[in-house]
Amino acid sequence: MPVQQVRFYQVGSFAVGNRLLDPEQRSVQSDPDRSNALTSGHRACQGCGEALGARFALDAVMAATEGKMIAVNATGCLEVFSTPYPESSWQVPWVHSLFGNAPAVATGVAAALRVKGRTDVRVVAQGGDGSTVDIGFGCLSGMFERGDDVLYICYDNEAYMNTGVQRSGATPPAARTATTQAVGDAPGNVFGQGKNLPQIAMAHEIPYVATATVADLRDLEYKATKAMSMRGPRYLHILVPCPLGWGSPSNQTVQVARQATQCGLFPVYEAEHGEITATTPIRRQIPVEDYLKPQKRYAHLFNPTRRGEVIDALQAIADRNIRRYGLLDTPAASGENPPAATGEKAQVQP
Amino acid sequence: MPNSPHLLPAADLDPAHLRTTRQIEGSAAVAEAVALCRPEVIAAYPISPQTHIVEGLSRLVKTGRLTPCEYLNVESEFAAMSAAIGSSATGARTYTATASQGLLFMVEAVYNASGLGLPIVMTVANRAIGAPINIWNDHSDSMSQRDSGWIQLYARTNQEAIDLHIQAFRIAEELSLPVMVCMDGFILTHAVEQVDLPSQADVDAFLPPYEPRQVLDPADPVSIGAMVGPEAFTEVRYLAHAKQMQALELIPQIGREFAERFGRDSGALVHPYRIEDADTIVVALGSVLGTIEDVVDEQRAEGHNVGALGIGSFRPFPLAAVREALQNAQRVVILEKALAVGIGGIVAMDVRSALAGIQLKGYTVIAGLGGRPITKKSLHALLEDAVADKLEHLTFLDLDQKLVDAELERQRTTRRSGPQAENILRDIGTVAARSH
Repeated sequence: MPVQQVRFYQVGSFAVGNRLLDPEQRSVQSDPDRSNALTSGHRACQGCGEALGARFALDAVMAATEGKMIAVNATGCLEVFSTPYPESSWQVPWVHSLFGNAPAVATGVAAALRVKGRTDVRVVAQGGDGSTVDIGFGCLSGMFERGDDVLYICYDNEAYMNTGVQRSGATPPAARTATTQAVGDAPGNVFGQGKNLPQIAMAHEIPYVATATVADLRDLEYKATKAMSMRGPRYLHILVPCPLGWGSPSNQTVQVARQATQCGLFPVYEAEHGEITATTPIRRQIPVEDYLKPQKRYAHLFNPTRRGEVIDALQAIADRNIRRYGLLDTPAASGENPPAATGEKAQVQP
Repeated sequence: MPNSPHLLPAADLDPAHLRTTRQIEGSAAVAEAVALCRPEVIAAYPISPQTHIVEGLSRLVKTGRLTPCEYLNVESEFAAMSAAIGSSATGARTYTATASQGLLFMVEAVYNASGLGLPIVMTVANRAIGAPINIWNDHSDSMSQRDSGWIQLYARTNQEAIDLHIQAFRIAEELSLPVMVCMDGFILTHAVEQVDLPSQADVDAFLPPYEPRQVLDPADPVSIGAMVGPEAFTEVRYLAHAKQMQALELIPQIGREFAERFGRDSGALVHPYRIEDADTIVVALGSVLGTIEDVVDEQRAEGHNVGALGIGSFRPFPLAAVREALQNAQRVVILEKALAVGIGGIVAMDVRSALAGIQLKGYTVIAGLGGRPITKKSLHALLEDAVADKLEHLTFLDLDQKLVDAELERQRTTRRSGPQAENILRDIGTVAARSH
């Protein structure tokens, strides 16, 4: 009688089905008693990467802290779509103050918990890339250097989406936004600008920095969980495609995020105290063109004529990432011990 | 009344029951007073002339005299107020202090703290706002936050600054509104005076532990700071106003309670001084009232019926109390340490509102900007002009008109006339900014 081979690639995405795992290894989201920190009924767009990322990240934090968590939110899509008064999608204690101060508000929350002896309650601050890399950057850096016990999560959709898709310091080169329009000799955002916030966070030598995407939600859960096993400032940078801003089909959010990692433009890694400790290798490398083409924000690179030199320049950025982070190294060759497969990493809980 | 120590009952030998009279700097006194209020979180960022207050508190926390307390050294005033928002929303009694540019730098969070209804207490060591940069005293900073939704109390003396801080926590926490205690930078903050510091036991009895109306608590999750649209925004804002109207009752009530326990009048909406039969009343805020009261006494000695009205609470503005105090006068002189450029007075507009329908002469006097001394001599001359109704409706006390005219002439005749502050300094000749 032939033995049926277990196929781990059932959905064509390297995802490991929950039913193949022991209950304690399953996704937080598979638990009928999950916290639903960001519960249904909110007003995010169809296919919103941020809503997906926030739910997985916060539910993982809730599971890791046994529900003892306070969330601080910067102004932005996540705040707006979750709390049009008097409704709220938040099932956790949640405070929104301003666009640029979430890290400092979180500092205050953490200080109040410390003075009251409630260090069992943990603090998560979160915001989009605009509030993180631009307007709230000073507060974020201050929170990092003081060593405050806060996990900061940046949901990076690479522009100011809430205000109508304007360029941020996290907008990639050549991308079209409402303030880097696809006109003129060099359409879209310019090359040579922008901030690499995970690297800047690492330069603060904080206990934990990690990048993740909504393409690998088990990896995201793993990193959120791992972050909560540590104290002090921690930074989690999650790539969350925005169908509206990126001009990508709303049913392709996960796919687009995966392409960002598989072409090398978005490296996925972990770092502790300023040093990279694990890198998620590219499983099936794709040219950046495969990532760019489905997104209308890059349409000017293909229509009316293909702008090969711009695509090559973007490929060069991806190639540099691949070299810099060892994204194509096999685990054996790298000398380090990066997790073998993204889905399996979540099984190795600390 | 101070008795001989050996006559005191045993309980009063406990350090907690000691009230002390000390000769200390205003900032040190405020630091001690704030510490007596047992703040649980202090967010601090230095700016002159507030620095000695947060330095003092830093020492009190580090030596363990103020405990439990988390002292946060933050990276900006914006972060200071933001951290204060976070800690107050988490149920901790929270304090910060600032001045001038620092207050402006935190403005977005200042409005946010009041909008969220968080009872933070903040000292404003009043200082001018640039440009030109100027570290000395006036009220431009706190006046700029007139409409921020914070209660604003103004101290006349260092003793009053101490007392108002203790009352401020009570007022803030009862109403769930933030309170600014405004004290004149340098004039009060850096003046060494004899002050009475209440005992810890008395302050504890006066100021119960903070019981928040709203708190971030995993056991009972709430969303604080949700988005509010047109359907409810007016009502939420109305409630902010309604709370300030409640403060009009609460401030005098807490002031009376304070007086009963500590034997001093300091918390009040207004401070009338010899106004009963006064024809001319000077309205002012803060430390200048001491000088004004001296001038009133001297004018009275010469037979002039003048008086003074101090505004203790600028927000809420005590319309009824001001109206009652001023309605029988013939003229009112509003002396302001701030300028609403393009119109003149700031306090004056509120005083006019208080006097709606009452016919009397009103003069706005802008004085003491950027630390210019307000002297008794100038005030006497001012009052004499006022009594003779020879004052302009908007007067700049001790303005050097020749200097101004020279610069205006320069600008009329020279296109590239240069930076005007430097031009004026060069004309005065007090700096080495010579053009050759």
